[in-house]
Amino acid sequence: MTARDLHPGAWWLWALGLAAAASFTLNPVVLLLICAVASLVVMARRTDAPWALSFRFYVYFAVLVVVMRVLYRIVLGGGASATDVVLLRLPEIPLPEAARGITLLGDVTQQALLGGFYDGLRLGTLIICIGAANALANPKRLLKSVPPAFYEIGTAVVVALTLFPQLAESVQRVNRARRLRGSPRRGVGVLRRIAVPVLEDALERSLTLAAGMDARGYGRAGSATPAERLRTGALMIAALCVMCVGVYAYLDGTAPRYLAVPALVSALVLAAVGLWSAGRRVQRTRYRPDRWRAADLLTAACGIAVAIGIDRAYDVDPYAVMPYLDRWPEVPWWVVLIALVGVVPALLTPPPVPDVPAPADHRDDREVSRAGAA
Amino acid sequence: MLELRDVSVTYPESVEPALEHVDLTLADGELALVCGRTGSGKSTLLGLFNSLVPHFTGGTLAGDVLVDGASILGVPPRELAHLVGYVPQDPLSGFVSDIVEDELAYGMEQLGLDPQTMRRRVEETLDLLGIADLRRRALRTLSGGQQQRVAIGAVLTMHPRVLVLDEPTSALDPTAAEDVLATVARLVDDVGLAVVVAEHRMERVVPFADRVVTVADRRVAAGDPATMLRTAPVAPPIVQLGRLAGWDPLPLSVRDARRRRSDLLDRVAARVEARPGDPSDSRPPIPRPTILRAEKVSVAYRSVSAVREVDLTLRAGRVTALMGRNGSGKSSLLWALQGSTRRGGRVSVDGRDPSGLSAGEARALVGLVPQTAADLLYLETVAEECAAADSQAGVEPGVCRGLLDRLAPGVPDDRHPRDLSEGQRLALVLAIVLTSGPRVVALDEPTRGLDYAGKDALATILHELTADGHAVVVASHDVEFVAVVADEVVVLAEGEVVSEGPVAKVLAESPAFAPQVAKVLGPPWLTVAEVEAALR
Repeated sequence: MTARDLHPGAWWLWALGLAAAASFTLNPVVLLLICAVASLVVMARRTDAPWALSFRFYVYFAVLVVVMRVLYRIVLGGGASATDVVLLRLPEIPLPEAARGITLLGDVTQQALLGGFYDGLRLGTLIICIGAANALANPKRLLKSVPPAFYEIGTAVVVALTLFPQLAESVQRVNRARRLRGSPRRGVGVLRRIAVPVLEDALERSLTLAAGMDARGYGRAGSATPAERLRTGALMIAALCVMCVGVYAYLDGTAPRYLAVPALVSALVLAAVGLWSAGRRVQRTRYRPDRWRAADLLTAACGIAVAIGIDRAYDVDPYAVMPYLDRWPEVPWWVVLIALVGVVPALLTPPPVPDVPAPADHRDDREVSRAGAA
Repeated sequence: MLELRDVSVTYPESVEPALEHVDLTLADGELALVCGRTGSGKSTLLGLFNSLVPHFTGGTLAGDVLVDGASILGVPPRELAHLVGYVPQDPLSGFVSDIVEDELAYGMEQLGLDPQTMRRRVEETLDLLGIADLRRRALRTLSGGQQQRVAIGAVLTMHPRVLVLDEPTSALDPTAAEDVLATVARLVDDVGLAVVVAEHRMERVVPFADRVVTVADRRVAAGDPATMLRTAPVAPPIVQLGRLAGWDPLPLSVRDARRRRSDLLDRVAARVEARPGDPSDSRPPIPRPTILRAEKVSVAYRSVSAVREVDLTLRAGRVTALMGRNGSGKSSLLWALQGSTRRGGRVSVDGRDPSGLSAGEARALVGLVPQTAADLLYLETVAEECAAADSQAGVEPGVCRGLLDRLAPGVPDDRHPRDLSEGQRLALVLAIVLTSGPRVVALDEPTRGLDYAGKDALATILHELTADGHAVVVASHDVEFVAVVADEVVVLAEGEVVSEGPVAKVLAESPAFAPQVAKVLGPPWLTVAEVEAALR
């Protein structure tokens, strides 16, 4: 397959599909499988771009979340029933009357630990899925694909994304320059020593960028009448409200079913009309937009398939998805297969276009600043 | 094409106008060079052409500005994007996307051009600027010269009638600067654009210029380059040489001047023969102790080698210049001399290695003024900065201020360091660095943003430092500055020393680094001052 970058939307749909699947289950094996699938695809399909290198930070964060969840369950123990298996007996610290209902330490049960672990794992998996999307999809190309109505917001985000690495670079530069001049050793002084030059730098850059963008025609189009603006705004707010109702009804099993899917669908319709109405006034065109081709559709479909599969699995075998807390979780083979569908993009999509490496002499300056910070 | 009628600009919070009663007309297909001292209002003048002044900067504008015959008063810059292409000083800070091709298309997307036209224009522009092989490259990985050409291309795709460039070559090495200027000259020839360029290092642009616009004392004057440069407040070396030799009309290119050099050469030769000695060894050969000796210094960042086994000797009372293209390892070498991490080799300053010492002790051996000197400043007033420098260096109060007064007299105590001129700010940072009393002073690209007068002042400062017994090392692209200031030159390429020796020998030998006077008169002449001294 010839190398090409997939549509960023495809990666996001895939990753959100995996994330949705993870949110439907507490089975640790399935969750770890989803993490593995996401990591594998990231390894196979990411580039050398800066955002692609951030994946490991999401992994660290996910691990931290799991650890925190378990610790939390240990520290704020209690709530154990008589049948629970006690693993560790810790003294219970008495709390004043005001904090009634909260217990500090106390018996640590297997149920509490596993519950915390599974819960943390689910959250961690969500984080890893989002991290995978961030690593695989070029954020700037994604923002280029948003509907024209979001153009202004999109540009603001692009600018923020551009300025952020520059900010990091100037922090490193200023930090390195501290060596050249005595500097306050601790406290507010250090912060000021670094923050003042960095912020001045950032402010100057932002102003230059704003002037440059204005000079290049940014914000040129736009001749909406007040009535049009009002209509667009009303449509978008209505869509948002209906969407909230729909999502709530979908996730809350006790809400009437007729609220769920119909509300979601009508919210989508309202949003689409609103976007169309807002986009009509924008006279802007797009240079070589990303297209959806077979591989992109396949990637998105894989993610969605995993989500639907795990969701449906609950109907077939609830304990495969929501395991007992007192024994080893069972994992039917077909649930494993469903989760493994997510790995298909690593095999069947074209590899990304390799990032052209910077020639050695230009790396110089940036590497200097990195090494200086280290 | 561009017309200013009795324009005055007053910025808010200032009593005096920045520009006053300016009348100026620029025709189609003309390259106009705007010159003037730093802070004279060059950027204000450029900003007028696409309404950035006063729309973006604030302030009030009196008079009328016409582009293509229509008044643009009250029209915001974005509505002029298709008429006037404006390229800001630092191209990287003006980029909106991350890929060359997308950046070229950005302006057209704003104009709402159809995809077919966009595609065609992007291809045409890539070819016109000779950057077709860079089309998929990330902007951050390009070299300075390439970035500048992309920035020019990004406004050209909108097919403007006027191109406004604010100091397009200030951060570039001589070769990259030539490339960019050749590109601009070709645009004037082939596309028929009107181009307005503001530039400090005028020597590069003057040969291409059809008109010279001088900005001084809030007034603007324009005219034929040869006439204007006769009296311009700032002038490139070749013009100064012409003024000195009394040539009329003034030569504007090296080729012009070379054809007329014979009489000057005769006069200079006659004077020199009358006196013993030749200008390159006019300084008496007194023994100079070595202060810093670096042996086989290597610097590497992960797998990339920045400096490879460089030997360097700095002597008291001498200025050594490090030259070489962008990224040839000049900065890395300076940082290594100051004591930053290096991969191998030895540095010894009076028998001590700065890298083994604490930051404070290293500062007392080698003082470094980094490329972005403002990184060292963080307080609100000049006085606070000086006081902090004194206490940090552990010297009695007033030392830093005293140094500053020697380097740049008359910097007000209560001024915010950001509000100082480039030259004053550099002097402040240098004073702070000198407060620690280093024997070796290193400066990384100190001439960025300095005009000719600023560079002269800096040269005087450096000569004073050497007279005090300091050893000075300067990394610079600026050939003319190096010719004036340096005693010895070390040229680096890919982290290795490719040539070193006395300034006259090294500079005159290299086609890229030869100053204009050397190009005209041949070695050993390097600077106008030398010729002037010989004629006296």
